[in-house]
Amino acid sequence: MLHTDDFWSQIFNFTDYGQLLLLVRNSILAGAVLGVLGGLIGPFVVMRDLAFAVHGISELSFAGAAAALLLGANVVAGSMVGSILAALLIGVLGTRARERNSIIAVLMPFGLGLGILFLALYKGRSANKFGLLTGQIVSVDDPQLMVLVVVAAIVILGLLVVWRPLTFASVDADVARAKGLPVVGLSIGFMALLGLATAVSIQVVGALLVLSLLVTPAAAAMRVTSSPVLTPILSVAFAVTSIVGGILLALGGGLPISPYVTTISFAIYLACRMVGRQRARTGAVDARTLVPAGSGQL
Amino acid sequence: MSQAVLSLRQASLGFGGRRLWQDLDLDVAPGEFLAVIGPNGTGKTSLLKTILGQQTLTSGTVSLLGHPVNGGNGEIGYIPQQKLIDQGTPLRARDLVTLGLSGKRWGLPFSSREERARVDETLARVGASDFARSPVSHLSGGEQQRLRVGQAVVGNPRLLLCDEPLLSLDLANQKAVSELINRQRIEFGAAVVFVTHDVNPILDMVDRVLYLAAGRFRIGTPDEVLRSEVLSEMYGTPVDVLRSRGRIVVVGAPDEAAPHDHHALGQREAS
Repeated sequence: MLHTDDFWSQIFNFTDYGQLLLLVRNSILAGAVLGVLGGLIGPFVVMRDLAFAVHGISELSFAGAAAALLLGANVVAGSMVGSILAALLIGVLGTRARERNSIIAVLMPFGLGLGILFLALYKGRSANKFGLLTGQIVSVDDPQLMVLVVVAAIVILGLLVVWRPLTFASVDADVARAKGLPVVGLSIGFMALLGLATAVSIQVVGALLVLSLLVTPAAAAMRVTSSPVLTPILSVAFAVTSIVGGILLALGGGLPISPYVTTISFAIYLACRMVGRQRARTGAVDARTLVPAGSGQL
Repeated sequence: MSQAVLSLRQASLGFGGRRLWQDLDLDVAPGEFLAVIGPNGTGKTSLLKTILGQQTLTSGTVSLLGHPVNGGNGEIGYIPQQKLIDQGTPLRARDLVTLGLSGKRWGLPFSSREERARVDETLARVGASDFARSPVSHLSGGEQQRLRVGQAVVGNPRLLLCDEPLLSLDLANQKAVSELINRQRIEFGAAVVFVTHDVNPILDMVDRVLYLAAGRFRIGTPDEVLRSEVLSEMYGTPVDVLRSRGRIVVVGAPDEAAPHDHHALGQREAS
């Protein structure tokens, strides 16, 4: 049985914090970059109704990573192969939402099953196994961190390039197509970016918890603003806060960082819901214009 | 006469063994208002898809501004059926209109001063200045549809394609939206192709009617086409076209989804 004191000291432990901080400096920086990525891609995931797809991609990404672990190959590369394959499959086969959801539901258990098979066959350290599902950025070595950051930067750049047409195609595909936008190409390109984003996020929070980085911050931001500029900014701020905050809090305790990340991100979401509701109550006009009702409020 | 905005030559379309229309020759001139009417399943929406390059003709050609159609085109302003925008969509009214002006441009959604002025002017034109900064998803169906007109006209397109844009709007908004579309062709010379199941809200504006029914079509002014003998011949059965208080009602058309029945809403032909 756990004593209360032990319990709390295991969750929050700040002895030798300064030294630890130095050790994980690179992880924190990488985490911040991944936060920027999650925060930027999140609004598109929500607008395009792809939350379930993210979950499906992450399970296949897990299978890819597990295969790589078993074969002694690069785990990050394995998870990327898995998630890009899954993302493209979902993108090509599932153009309609209903179709897409059933394809994901078919792919997901298959991927998870494969992953479990590969892990069962793997004879190495068991911590490696668990890390794939629940994430552990602190245990990722520096060269691999570099890979994560580079991939994240590529995805961020890609997003910035397609930002406006992707917004158009996400809000109203029919009108965008009538204007001559390559809606299908954009959609598949976005799935590829989403696959990469999922693969790198998995290294932080694990396959099971990826939604907390790619969806929760954006969903929270969309509760409090409708501005196309403010939404990604808030979403990035929330995602970075969750990751960096999670790493910092988890540092002393020796527990995985994922529960810290997911809890912070969930708390932010709750707060945003309450703020959004408060606004709606203080007057529809204020909620609409998103200008704080009168100075001093909010 | 200036060059036609839209031209169809010997155009035929069918699915499987079913023929929707064939040998359709049609030229729509700048500033012309063409209403496409007819019962459900006669290929009204397929005609729009053909013009948008999303549907290939069985035979014949379709060209836009003298060029064969292949895919969408920036010279088209498209107004779809009223479909409410999802809750939480991070766009305000003016952002929706802005997409019509610069949504094709790569990069981040920054607008130049001229573009912002243009959007402001369009918002004023469609009566949306008051809610320009409101989230789109908080607006009513009529408000959203006015914005879609704004989005379609902000780039001053040469052709306005309207797919049942008045569906599920109340009478006041039907009037407002159709007048906005009409003004665009009068003031800027846009050609209008307006697909509708009910010609009455736009009867005063229409130059010509393309009536599709029973695998046949007729083109002409409303007075030429919307007559009992013309429609009876098309349907091959006696049909009465009644005029009452400036409205047209078709009685006895075999398709139960009577094309001018104001209450037969929500039905659309397949594909």
